[in-house]
Amino acid sequence: MTDAVNGASILPLDLAGVSFAAGGRRLIKDVTCTFEAGPRTAVIGPNGAGKSLLLRLCHGLIAPAAGRVVWRGARGRDPAPFQAMVFQRPVMLRRSVTANVDAALALRGVPRPERRARTAEVLERTGLARFAHQPARVLSFGEQQKLALARAWALRPQVLFLDEPTASLDPAATHAVEEIIDAIRGAGTRILMTTHDLGQARRMADEIVFLHRGRMLEKAPAADFFAGPRNDLAQAFVRGELLWWRKRPSRDPATEP
Amino acid sequence: MRNRRPNPRSWSTRIVTALLGLLVAFAVHGEAAAEDRFIVVASTTSTANSGLFDHILPLFENKTGIQVRVVAVGTGQALRVARNGDADVLLVHHRPSEEAFVAEGFGVARHDVMYNDFVIVGPAADPAAVRGLTDAAAALARIAGAAAPFASRGDDSGTHKAERALWAAAGVDPGAASGSWYRETGSGMGATLNTAAAMDAYALTDRGTWLSFGNRGQLVVLVEGDRRLANPYGVILVDRARHPHVKAEDGQAFIDWLTGREGQAAIASFTIGGQRLFFPSAKSVGGS
Amino acid sequence: MTDFGDAFTTALSLVVTLDPDLAEIVGLSLRVSLGAVAVATVIGLPAGAALALFRFPGRHGAVILLNALMGLPPVVVGLIVYLLLSRAGPLGVLGLLFTPTAMVIAQVLLVAPIVAALTRQVIEDLWAEYEEQLKSLGAGPGRALGMLLWDGRFSLLTAVLAGFGRASAEVGAVMIVGGNIDHVTRVMTTAIALEVSKGDLALALGLGLILIVLSVSVNGAAFLLKEAAERSQTGGPRQVPRGEDPALP
Repeated sequence: MTDAVNGASILPLDLAGVSFAAGGRRLIKDVTCTFEAGPRTAVIGPNGAGKSLLLRLCHGLIAPAAGRVVWRGARGRDPAPFQAMVFQRPVMLRRSVTANVDAALALRGVPRPERRARTAEVLERTGLARFAHQPARVLSFGEQQKLALARAWALRPQVLFLDEPTASLDPAATHAVEEIIDAIRGAGTRILMTTHDLGQARRMADEIVFLHRGRMLEKAPAADFFAGPRNDLAQAFVRGELLWWRKRPSRDPATEP
Repeated sequence: MRNRRPNPRSWSTRIVTALLGLLVAFAVHGEAAAEDRFIVVASTTSTANSGLFDHILPLFENKTGIQVRVVAVGTGQALRVARNGDADVLLVHHRPSEEAFVAEGFGVARHDVMYNDFVIVGPAADPAAVRGLTDAAAALARIAGAAAPFASRGDDSGTHKAERALWAAAGVDPGAASGSWYRETGSGMGATLNTAAAMDAYALTDRGTWLSFGNRGQLVVLVEGDRRLANPYGVILVDRARHPHVKAEDGQAFIDWLTGREGQAAIASFTIGGQRLFFPSAKSVGGS
Repeated sequence: MTDFGDAFTTALSLVVTLDPDLAEIVGLSLRVSLGAVAVATVIGLPAGAALALFRFPGRHGAVILLNALMGLPPVVVGLIVYLLLSRAGPLGVLGLLFTPTAMVIAQVLLVAPIVAALTRQVIEDLWAEYEEQLKSLGAGPGRALGMLLWDGRFSLLTAVLAGFGRASAEVGAVMIVGGNIDHVTRVMTTAIALEVSKGDLALALGLGLILIVLSVSVNGAAFLLKEAAERSQTGGPRQVPRGEDPALP
């Protein structure tokens, strides 16, 4: 695969006081940080922490209620075509495996001959070539996730968002998916993923963002974080305690409705 | 199960496209095949259901090449259709309405065509004992007196209008009993006879429909021969002055034929089971 | 009742002898109903899909209205079309009353709401699944609409068949606007109504049997086509990932 970078990078990504609310509840609270080009980032935290929402805010699928999401490197260009996202539950178009990739490329305005070449290439690289003319929806769940990755890969994004890419996969399928992610990253794509699998975060991330109840409590290099998180909730999470059973400290007024 | 197949989208797409194309071609072809020269005749169910038109129209169409499209509805609706200009010729059986139609300027002139008669049918058991009466009004009065079921068209048709005139002559207001022994079906002659057969009810029907009606059940003819049961049919050309698109020439050709020698003979020759259903009555018989 | 036996005999003899009048009536019935369904599909699919995709003030009202229109009484539609197409009506100059075209128009009004309402349901469910992915890929509303209609084509076929069922079975509208003119606007349902009014119940029932067979044939053909296409394109009507359990944690 050729380099993913189409022109200058749209990174870094700045989040400035970003909040998001739905149904009267604030689900992301005042997140401010910068994602630089380069490292792989894993967003971790217990269920309901807002990991997926944070990814969607960065990707622009949802708009923040307050604050700003700025692709500092975009410099007037629309940042959307430089990004791609793979969802926790792979969305399979009711078409063949090939057509699933082809449709995505068509939406991005890639001309037909190049679409064909890119499709063949990513299907080969992800081991899906033998299913090329199969309907996507009869693939196994693991294969569907691979196809979702192949589809995103074919777009050659500068930034790839992955929402729990291996949730509910068995170890073998998880391994295969992680290898594909590594290959995509090797082609120059910035990886920003969520996971609730601490082992995966250790294997796959250079940088950890710890999210709890909508707040970004810690953002640190992976080695430092796993050596000893500064935040006490993050420490408890890394130790494997069930945070959601803990009584909330009353000093967090923002969580009160 | 997972063998590789050639791209299957192409053939299914082709099949769907071909089917759609076939459909369109079919529809277009059908439209184009419809004949160009035709007139629309608004008439009554009694003439159409009896089979009279099937008997006489081919003779006219073969001779002139003019297709006659018959819209068979109740006399009331036929009058409205013609009044709206949706027909070229009106052929119905309620003289007062026909004369009003002409007087109001919708029709050119009314011509006698033929007549048949109404009969009162009822269950063979005849609970109101009207069998053999020749006074239709007296028969209806007995039916009302016995509160025996009576099925009425109730649709403002020529037959219904004739029926109401007879009730008035009998001095009975059946509307007061509507829903009890007086049942208004609000539908055509055939449907009303079906209802009467199912309920063993009395009904007023034109003889033409009765003779060609297939589902009589226990019903038989009980009252006939009253002069007031005469059922004359008139034909009227819709006035081009009122509706400029009316095909006056072809419509007049049909009227001329119908009231002329050939048409009158055709009407006279129409029989069911050896019985004549309609009797020619055009004044111009033999004259044109 | 001997009518049932007679009906089968009558139907059989009409079919076996290839009765020309019957063939004409069957042909016109198919042409009117399929023509109406084709037009209603062209209108109903995009309209239903648009209603599923776009959010606008009064959308809920529009959905409720559309669902209610599925139950429009054919006689009322027939009357409305009659008044429109009558020489005394606003479209009278077209001279369409008592023609097959008028029947198609009336049936389009009956069928389009059914196709649109069922399409809206299908596309709304599909959109719920596709929305984020398509937005992530940068699909605008127009492109999304086209993709949803294409990917939902097998479910949408059911919507179209429901429309065909309505069109081929109704008698009220085509009777009024067609006039049941022999050799011109007589279709299966109006012919049946006519034979009932003549009291020839066996013939009416025989025609009814033929209509049922026709309807089953059209639906069967569509079903087989759908099955064949679906097997080759999506592998089956339901999403059944092989092997692993797709359930989310």
